[in-house]
Amino acid sequence: MNIVVCMKETPSITAVKRFTADMRLERRKEDAEINPFDEYALEEGLRQREKHGGEVIALCMGPVTATENIRKALAIGADRGVLVTDPALEGSDAIGTARALAAALQKLGFDLALFGSAAADSYGGVVPAAVAEVLGQPLLSFASKLEIADGRAKIERAAETGYQVAEAAIPALVSVIQTINVPRYPSMKGIMQSKKKPIDTFSLADLGVDATLVGVAGAREKATGSSPVDTQRKGELFSGNDGAADRIVAFLVEQKVL
Amino acid sequence: MFFRLDDEQREIQELARKFAQHEIAPHADEWDEEHHFPREVLQPMAELGLAGLLVPDQYGGLALPRLTGALIYEQLAQADMATAVWLSVHNMVAGLIAKFGDEAQRERWLPRLVSGAALGAFSLSEAHAGSDATAIRATARREGDEYVLNGSKYWVTNAGEADLYAVMLRTDAEARGRGISTFIVERDTAGFSIGKLERKMGLRSSPTGELIFENCRVPAANRLSAEGDGLKIALSSLDGGRVNIGSIAVGVAQAALDVAVRYAGERVAFGKPIGAFEGIQFMLADMAMKTQAARLLVYEAAWKMDNGEPSITAAAMAKCFATDAAMAVTTDAVQALGGAGYVRDWPVERYMRDAKVGQIFEGANQIQRIVIARGLLGEVASQ
Ligand SMILES: Cc1cc2nc3c(=O)[nH]c(=O)nc-3n(C[C@H](O)[C@H](O)[C@H](O)COP(=O)(O)OP(=O)(O)OC[C@H]3O[C@@H](n4cnc5c(N)ncnc54)[C@H](O)[C@@H]3O)c2cc1C
Repeated sequence: MNIVVCMKETPSITAVKRFTADMRLERRKEDAEINPFDEYALEEGLRQREKHGGEVIALCMGPVTATENIRKALAIGADRGVLVTDPALEGSDAIGTARALAAALQKLGFDLALFGSAAADSYGGVVPAAVAEVLGQPLLSFASKLEIADGRAKIERAAETGYQVAEAAIPALVSVIQTINVPRYPSMKGIMQSKKKPIDTFSLADLGVDATLVGVAGAREKATGSSPVDTQRKGELFSGNDGAADRIVAFLVEQKVL
Repeated sequence: MFFRLDDEQREIQELARKFAQHEIAPHADEWDEEHHFPREVLQPMAELGLAGLLVPDQYGGLALPRLTGALIYEQLAQADMATAVWLSVHNMVAGLIAKFGDEAQRERWLPRLVSGAALGAFSLSEAHAGSDATAIRATARREGDEYVLNGSKYWVTNAGEADLYAVMLRTDAEARGRGISTFIVERDTAGFSIGKLERKMGLRSSPTGELIFENCRVPAANRLSAEGDGLKIALSSLDGGRVNIGSIAVGVAQAALDVAVRYAGERVAFGKPIGAFEGIQFMLADMAMKTQAARLLVYEAAWKMDNGEPSITAAAMAKCFATDAAMAVTTDAVQALGGAGYVRDWPVERYMRDAKVGQIFEGANQIQRIVIARGLLGEVASQ
């Protein structure tokens, strides 16, 4: 089975976030890591490979420096990496990103394309659906369980009162949530071997993607401003021996905690 | 001169850090408090490759350079010195089988050790033979295809928990240093039992105890290398062990420094964070200097070993300086935290208790100084 895991490089969650003058997230190489949500997609890809055989390709669209994070995916167990990089891709919105990824997926060919549920920088969560739309192939989204059998992918998706089951013929796209598995650590040997695994680089021309449809040129989404989240916490102090417990209970009931 | 780690070294260091901080650090205090040997982390560590650091690829190991190993131990010891110590002993045993064992012996024991299915222990010391290892009395007497083992061994890290014991025993009563041989003894061998387990100041989650041999029969095929090579094998293993203990000491010193720095920024006395007082600043500066100097000595010794340069003096300096530094830095960390440093809510009292043993085992620091002085003075020192 050909499994392609789409992985984004995002600034680490703890890194201080700054914006450039044109309201784009300033990305520093030192802070870059594999989007934590994508680690679950990679783990799922590796588990499916362990069950069904085949190959896991780590696919990333990003700057040339993202190669380092593709290597990390190779150290964890992916067989090879593909980097889609092109100066014209800078500033792509979700649709532009989806066009580039879809073209790469088409070029690579796949049975299963895996995604995290969102990226830890923008939390858009629409790229998997947009890629599916461009490719005209089914997306099984927000999977908490994935099974491949008889040429079909079947997922469970958590819902408020239970879970939904959805299935589609492969090739299919699947986005996964964090309860689907526990990602493994890379191994020391994996790190040593990752240097020998191939990473191919595709430009827009290699993929036959029109440069005016991606990047800043093609972006239909534009950030116009930003403001910090108001993180003021409200506190209420119940003190004294007299009825404090009753007031706490009343408060919790009011908050629907009890 | 090049003071930057390469990509692979940095990635391995980062992986060791992540694993140590997530899987070891959160439990270290409890393991210490309850004298709990965390066998449960051996398997996950083996999956990372940590149980075969010195073993060649064909037996499943990594055959990592000493320097990379030092980076790993440093990270593990930042989380828990005891865990780093017992793992280093395990790797020392796997390493000596890889180096001195014959093909059949390697095939027999290395895959078990590397996969974490078996834990190793190293037994040189006896009640009357610590610094002076030539004074070993426990014996192995040849009888046909077997040896009969008798006597007791002291201070064995991983005693009782380990499955394979590399034991130095006397095979020749006349020849002192040259009358010692190395045997691999399996835990379930008849006539082999575990005696008293020590109640220790620190390193409490790592068991240290006595091995007792009473007419214990092992096949001659369990002897590593030739009869009489035992001390050579032990001392050669300890050379590398010194670099490991040095890097472990650097790790515990760094952990203590980190806590002290954080505390100095938060704790307020006389209306200021205590880090605003020069008395504390100087102490922290000294701690940082000692830790970094130790780290560089350790890296240099490891680098020399990896590059086949003479390393006996360098390893002795690294072990001695780093463990002395760790003792000083952890003691100062307790001081910097005041009362908080002396109680178990903070980890620095554990660091201090653990650090002490570094100055004692794998060659006490007096012995390291003798080694260094012999390097300086040659014959004169031995008169
Ligand atoms: C927690 C722990 C774990 C251990 N694990 C192991 C293990 O796994 N395997 C193993 O074989 N051993 C182990 N040991 C034993 C350890 O290696 C010995 O304790 C160490 O070699 C010192 O020997 P000793 O205790 O007999 O001290 P001694 O040799 O009696 O030394 C006592 C003091 O005299 C000093 N001294 C000795 N000779 C000289 C000299 N010529 N000049 C100046 N000073 C000298 C020493 O430095 C020391 O300060 C362990 C010990 C501890 C505490």
